[in-house]
Parts: sequence; C-alpha cells; structure tokens
Amino acid sequence: MTAQLAPEAPGAASLVQPVASTGWRLAVRRFRHNTLAVIGLVVIVVIVLFCFVGPFLYPTDQTHTQLSQANLGPGAAHWLGTDAVGHDVLGRLMFGGKVSLMVGIAAGILATVVGTLWGSVAGYVGGWVDAVMMRVVDAGIAIPALFILLVISAITTPGVGGLIVILGFVSWLVPSRLIRAETLTLKNRDYVLTLRAIGGSHARAIGKHLLPNSVSTIVVAATFQVADAILLVAYVSYLGLGVQAPATDWGGMLSAGLTAAYSGRWWLIVPPGLAVILVVCAFNAVGDGLRDAFDVRGR
Amino acid sequence: MTTALYLLRRVLQALAVVLIVTIVVFCLLHALPGGPARGVLGVSATPAQITAFNQAQGLDQALPVQYLRFLGRLLTGDLGTSYTLNEPVAQLIAERLPKTLVLTGISAVLGLVIAIPVGMWQAARRNGAVDYAATALAFVFYSTPAFFLGLVLIIVFSQQLPWLPSQAPSGNTLAEVFQDPAGLVLPVVTGALAMIAVFSRYMRASTLENLQEDYVRTARAGGASTATILRRHVFRNSLTPVVAMLGYYLPVLFGGALVTEQLFNYPGMGLLFWNAAQTSDYPTLLGCVLVISIATVVGTLLADVAQSLIDPRVKAGRA
Repeated sequence: MTAQLAPEAPGAASLVQPVASTGWRLAVRRFRHNTLAVIGLVVIVVIVLFCFVGPFLYPTDQTHTQLSQANLGPGAAHWLGTDAVGHDVLGRLMFGGKVSLMVGIAAGILATVVGTLWGSVAGYVGGWVDAVMMRVVDAGIAIPALFILLVISAITTPGVGGLIVILGFVSWLVPSRLIRAETLTLKNRDYVLTLRAIGGSHARAIGKHLLPNSVSTIVVAATFQVADAILLVAYVSYLGLGVQAPATDWGGMLSAGLTAAYSGRWWLIVPPGLAVILVVCAFNAVGDGLRDAFDVRGR
Repeated sequence: MTTALYLLRRVLQALAVVLIVTIVVFCLLHALPGGPARGVLGVSATPAQITAFNQAQGLDQALPVQYLRFLGRLLTGDLGTSYTLNEPVAQLIAERLPKTLVLTGISAVLGLVIAIPVGMWQAARRNGAVDYAATALAFVFYSTPAFFLGLVLIIVFSQQLPWLPSQAPSGNTLAEVFQDPAGLVLPVVTGALAMIAVFSRYMRASTLENLQEDYVRTARAGGASTATILRRHVFRNSLTPVVAMLGYYLPVLFGGALVTEQLFNYPGMGLLFWNAAQTSDYPTLLGCVLVISIATVVGTLLADVAQSLIDPRVKAGRA
C-alpha cells in the first residue's frame, strides 16, 4: 500500500519554524488538542492491552482443536462463538492480534529505517548517485506490492521473521522519498551551509542538523508506515503468505473464515475485520495528529 | 527549462525505471529454490529430466547471458510460453489486459467523480458535520482490506438482499462482459470506495491550500461568492496535484484489481496472475509483473506530462 491520506493544508502552524528540541513541548500540546489523534492513541493502547493482557483475564486454548465445540454461535460460554475447529473466537482475536501487531509494527519500523538511510544518502550526496537511487525507488513503486507478495508466496512460505523482512522490503520506498525531500531542503539551510563554510564535516552536518531536524518527519513516516504494514499483514494470509498454523493473525482468521461467512457464520470474519480497520484507523489518526503537531509536510 | 527538454528528461527517466524493473523481476524469478524446472516438472523429476528441461528453456546459461536474451525477446514482444496453459504469455495478457483496464478505469472514474466534489465540499465547509462524516468514512474505507470490503458487499447485496450477482461477468471479450452490467456493480464499487477514501482527502487538502492563496482573497475582495470562487478559480488549480497523484496511485489500483478479480472471478489480468501463482507458472507471473509495472510507469509519465501541460510551474521545476 503506497497511497496515503493527504495532509491538512498548512494553516497558521506553518509559520512556526522546524521543530528543534524546544519545539517538543509545543508539539505535545498541539497533539493533545487533536481529539481524533488522542482517541487513536487510546484505541491503540486498549487494543495492545486486549491482545497482550486479555488472555490472562479470558484464558482460552488456541493450540488444540476441540471439534465438539466447533461452529458455535456467540453465547455465554464463548462470547464471540467458535471457529470450524473449536477455537474460541474472542480468544483467537487476542492470540492473532499479537502477531498482527508485532509483525506490522516491526515491518513498519524496518521500512522506515531502510527508507531513512536510502533517502538521506540520496538527498545528501545528490548528483548521479541520487538519480540512480531514486530510479530504483521509482522501479520499486511501479511494481505493485500485492503482485510482488503473490510472486513470493509462489516461491516460499516464510516464518514470522521472514514475513517482517518481506513486508519491510516492499514498503520502504515511500518513506525514502519523504526523507530525501526533507534532506534536500535541510542541506541548503543557512545553518548547515554556515557549518560547512566554517569547516564542519559532512558527518557533523548530518549528526548536528540533518538528523535532529528530520526526527519529526521520520516519526510521522513511521506511524503511517505501521498503519500500512498492519493492513498489509492482513493481506498476506489472503495471498497465501501468512504465518503457519497453529499460529495465526487477523488476516489468517479472515481468510479461514471466508467460506464460513457465506453460510452465515459472520462472527468468524466480522471481529477480525473490524479489529484491522480499528487499529489501522487509530494509527492513521495518530499519524495525522503527529504530522500536524510537528508541522511536517508530506503524506 | 523548455517543455520539450522536460518531457525528454521524464521519458529517459521512465526508460531507466523500466530497465530496473526488468532486472528486479529477472532476479526475483531466478531466486527460486530449485529453479523453475522443479516448479514445472514436480518434485519427482530425475536430474536428467531437469538438465534436459534447463537446456531446452535456456536456463543452463550464465545469468547475464540469460538476462540479455530475455531482454532481446522482450523487445520483440515475446514473454515466453505459459507452463500450464501452453499459450504465449503475451497473447494471454493481450486477451485479459483490456478487461482489467476497463474494470479499473470504470472504478477510477466513478471514484473521482464522487471524490472531487466531496473533497471540495469538505474544504468549503471545513469542520462542519459533512466534513467530519466524510473524514470518518474516508478513514474507515482506507483502512479496510479490499477482500474484506468485497466480501461484506457480497454478503449484504448478493446474499441478504438478493439484488446483485456475486460473480462478475465471465465472457471472453469485452462485448460479452458488458452484456451483464449488473455483475460489474460490486467489483466496481469495491474499487471505487477505496479510491474515494484516498482522493477525497487529496482534493480536500488541495482545495484548502488554494483557498488560502492571494488570488482567492482578491476575488473575495472583489465581491465574488464562495461558490463562484470555487467553481471559477479554485477547482482547476486544486485539481492539478490530484492529477499527478493519480499517476502515483496506479500501483494501488492494479493491486486492488488483483484482489477484486480473484474475489469476483473476473477474467482479467489479476485473475490470470493469481492462477499463475497457484500453479507456479513463472513465465506468466513474470510477464504479468512486467506488463503491470510498465503500465504503471507509462501512466505515471502521462500524469506528469498532463500536469506540466495544465500547470506551467511544473516544468519550471517550482512545483
């Protein structure tokens, strides 16, 4: 997924200078006044608690099949019913959510790190190195991520670690463009040029000015990247790349429930579907809030 | 920079991108464990059979040689032969690509026709009820996996309310596909909803940005109403960046086509690609990725050219 929701137009906030360390308190205050972003943050915390603490309050057996308990509707014993092999769906939502969240967050961060390195080198070095590096990015963007993932699914079945690497590998392109653009504007700022003119090294220019001033852009990019990665994790099971049984994730639950949903067992697909939508919305809302709070352009 | 120079530079860039795409795809398909021979002949094939297959397919030569031969064949339009369907891949794609372009084209046009006015309305009535509602819906539809959205639409509009068929038309030609327009409704809507979610946001942001420009203040000072300003001045200026975004959105559109075609069993290129992945039909996979990627590069190029023709600031390198 390389599309993003577009930014707010720069309002009065664009008069504020790029955020240095003193701007952080201002950014926190702006973020707290963004209702949607605060709700998003609360939703993320609640879902993380649900997945990681929930199993202690609502213990279920997610490793053994219990065919005598299969295909039950929602009720007192199983709040969200059971699936085709007798797993409690509410418990499975927590069990699969752990994988979805961990893989999504790790892949999103990996993509941001790779994109930051690639984009900052391309932008700072410039010239033909920049031209070649950015054509590679163009080529990567031209190949739809879902097509690449389906080709990979025809070749191999990765574990959780492999999945994170694969998802990071198909999603670092957009952040690399954002960071490159950021580097291009920053490297010609007066304070960077001054530092270079009085004999400061490239390393010092990057360490003292470029990276600290890019932190807000990187944090915002990472937030959107995690949202996209969690969405992509939901797709991979559908494409045949998902984690292997007995492990599962929300996408795996959706794929497994597809046929059952046609025969009326809605509780197999509605909970994981809503969980994906809710958590992706929440990360996007937080990303929007952070972007406006830091006054970052792009996305 | 003159327009001609700008266009020349963009075309050369696009050619470089296509070349890199061919290298990426070639490398990816040669990273197969056991190679394509295992995929075709199966795990029980003897080493002798595999050697013979590799010789016949030219798979025993050095990779750079294979790449150059592959590139040479591409230039003559030869994408190889499908392992499973025993037909030239180029022909398979030529039969299906128009159907995919028609389906995604209808989705995209429908999506834009709705998204553009919605985005402008949101910008004009910023922070009003409609703005909040449209923003919430955009977030939800942006965050919904296409296969889940399509499935919910099928269950609601095809099962619970038996209004629409859950299967897309399966004809071989475009004419046959259009004989069953009802079958196109759900696949088109699935694609259009995602499109509306993304592009209403772009249009809203772009319109908001333009509403702060000096020319709007001047027009207001001259007594023009908001509706007139939006229609006469802001509309065209706001549309320009959206046209460029359309080019960048193409990979998402084609990715979406892969899912909708599989879900609704629509016989386009997405379904061809899907089936090729299930049967490890590597020449077909390779051909589809190449054609889709080249279509994306060309689409992005056209969007940039269109933008430079509409907006003189682009070729001057200022926007």
